[in-house]
Amino acid sequence: MSQEKQCQCAEVQEEELYPRLEEVITEHRGKGQDLIMVLHKAQNLFGYLPRKAQEMVAEGLNVSLNEVYGVITFYNFFSTVPQGRNSVKVCLGTACYVRGSQEVLDKAQKELGIKVGGTTEDRRYSLDVVRCIGACGLAPAMLVNEDVYGRVKSPHLPDILAKYE
Amino acid sequence: MIKATINNVEIEAPEGTSILWAAKKAGFTIPTLCNHPDLKPGGQCGICVVEIEGIPGLKRACMTPVGEGFKVKTHTPRIMATRRQLVELILSNHDTDCLTCVKNNNCELQQLASIVGINVHDYSRSGERLPIDRSSVSIVRDPNKCILCGRCIQVCSNVQTVDALAVNHRGFDTVITTAFDAGLGNSVCINCGQCVVHCPVGALYEKSATEEVWEALHDPDKFVVVQEAPAVRVMLGEEFGMPTGSLVSGKMHAALRRLGFDAVLETNFTADLTIMEEGTELIDRLTSGRNLPLITSCSPGWIKFMETYFHDMIPHMSTAKSPQQMFGALAKTYYAEVKGIDPGKIVSVSIMPCTAKKFECQRPEMNASGYQDVDYVLTTREIGRMMREAGLDVKEMPDEPPDDILGDYTGAATIFGATGGVMEAAVRSAYRLVTGKELENVEIKPVRGLQGIKEAEIDIDGTRVKVAVAHSCGQARKLLNKVQDQIAKEGKSEYQFIEVMACPGGCVGGGGQSWGSNMAKRARRGESLYEEDRSLPLRRSHENPSVLALYEKFLEKPNSEKAHKLLHTHYYKRSTVDGKIKPAS
Repeated sequence: MSQEKQCQCAEVQEEELYPRLEEVITEHRGKGQDLIMVLHKAQNLFGYLPRKAQEMVAEGLNVSLNEVYGVITFYNFFSTVPQGRNSVKVCLGTACYVRGSQEVLDKAQKELGIKVGGTTEDRRYSLDVVRCIGACGLAPAMLVNEDVYGRVKSPHLPDILAKYE
Repeated sequence: MIKATINNVEIEAPEGTSILWAAKKAGFTIPTLCNHPDLKPGGQCGICVVEIEGIPGLKRACMTPVGEGFKVKTHTPRIMATRRQLVELILSNHDTDCLTCVKNNNCELQQLASIVGINVHDYSRSGERLPIDRSSVSIVRDPNKCILCGRCIQVCSNVQTVDALAVNHRGFDTVITTAFDAGLGNSVCINCGQCVVHCPVGALYEKSATEEVWEALHDPDKFVVVQEAPAVRVMLGEEFGMPTGSLVSGKMHAALRRLGFDAVLETNFTADLTIMEEGTELIDRLTSGRNLPLITSCSPGWIKFMETYFHDMIPHMSTAKSPQQMFGALAKTYYAEVKGIDPGKIVSVSIMPCTAKKFECQRPEMNASGYQDVDYVLTTREIGRMMREAGLDVKEMPDEPPDDILGDYTGAATIFGATGGVMEAAVRSAYRLVTGKELENVEIKPVRGLQGIKEAEIDIDGTRVKVAVAHSCGQARKLLNKVQDQIAKEGKSEYQFIEVMACPGGCVGGGGQSWGSNMAKRARRGESLYEEDRSLPLRRSHENPSVLALYEKFLEKPNSEKAHKLLHTHYYKRSTVDGKIKPAS
């Protein structure tokens, strides 16, 4: 129940952000070359790039919607799904990979029921991969928010994830 | 001029010539995959690599201009090994079910694999299978066959300025799709099919209706009528190995009759009728001075483009339906009445050079007869397949005329298939409608040919009418922007009449033409249409005896109430997000 309420709340907040996006677009109206900059600002506003925001940017900058979508799906930085409250990042850098981080990632996807780049329906977790976080000595490593976990084995995952509400 | 050596042959080529074309001049065809004569080279595939003496590495022949004194090698062992490996890598990510592919025997990748000598397949297929996009009523897209060469994007974005397709996602997940991966049917795609005719492999093809048409042909309770677009008669021969642009009107009628159609009729008949309706509209507009310029409405790709990007021009559009849809409305009313056939038993099939016609016949407003006016649209390629399946060879057919009532046509109708043709046909009849006299020289040469935008000033007995013709949506966009500008600044445009065709070259360059097309072939087909025009005894639409009979017995006169009900239509505003009709505000 409380979760439902929270979701609605998030949507309401999102609606309130569109006038601010409109202001950003006004500064760059008709300037297709500013696309990436505007998308950055839009993502900072919403935390991700909702479809309606993509449509507004395309129209405002006078570029095709498909160009906007192409740029968003090309760059890892941009996300088309809202981010969860907790960000789970599994390292797939060389050291972690050879020490079995793929298995950890597979387990994380199964456990959370989402794929890389996805967010759980309750917006509790987002799952991503990173390429080396400088913790090779702890391989395989993963991050949850700011916390680093080393020598992770897939059976550890449920306990680690459970700590984050 | 630049002097260079290609292998052991010395050549001279104008500055800026790519090594690819210079080599061709020397007699060497360098294999390519992404390069297309009508598009800018993109260098995506890397198949055309060559060695240039003194320059390290391999260079892409399509992107590298030939330089003074270049010594180019096109097939050293290193080059050949590289090409072979590149093709193998492409194949490793490509469905190689060639036998069941729509492009079997016409696939550039298949040909290339044979040219570079692939005889073993070292890589197994990588990546997961992606869903086939069947959301469009005109075009199917199979990403599992796509080799990411980008030709479809180039033609969609640069030539047509539609921007329905783009490279989305990244790395192994790279895929050419529409915005939000929503599918062509939920996008701004105008169904023109230029992506289809530029695709080197079987990743894009028409949504086929051959099964449905076979079923109708074998159903003894159905009366199956067929109409053929003007451009089809200069394309169908190519499906049977005849030279490009062979004119096969009579052979086409014979083959369709043998295929089992109950009545072989003509879209050309309704092309003449379109001129009567649209010509009358033009005269009305010229007289009243309202909503000028009048803009033609025969091309369904153009119609959707206009509804999406230029819907403020809707009042300028001719309300006349396209010839295909006029035929559809008449087949199940007038024709059924004259022949005493229950219109519910008529199955109306059209043979088109076009993929957008499949979309047009399914528009909800296209049911003036009380039924869906045109039931099935087949592209030239589909009817070619059906004829081959039935063991028919168009080359070997006798010349036969079409059947009566909706079969007669004039030279004015046949030139509809080439860019500028509708304009020329309309002027031939408008002259008569305004002056009561016949235009002596019916050939209006300035509106012919493949120049992007053509203009002419026509003297109709003292009244000067300025006309313009655009083919391809990119050119139409330019012309319409100019018209909008003029109307905004001066209250009116310099033009009174504009013809637009969505495809480069007009219908002879449509998305339903034979595989392996280019501008030179489109031009050749257009010339054949003008040849047929010259060979016909009647060259003005208002002289078509069956059209005159139709008005006398059924429609009364052009733009009559009945004509309006059956032969005219209306347009919608469409969203630039998903191409869907916007609710009226």
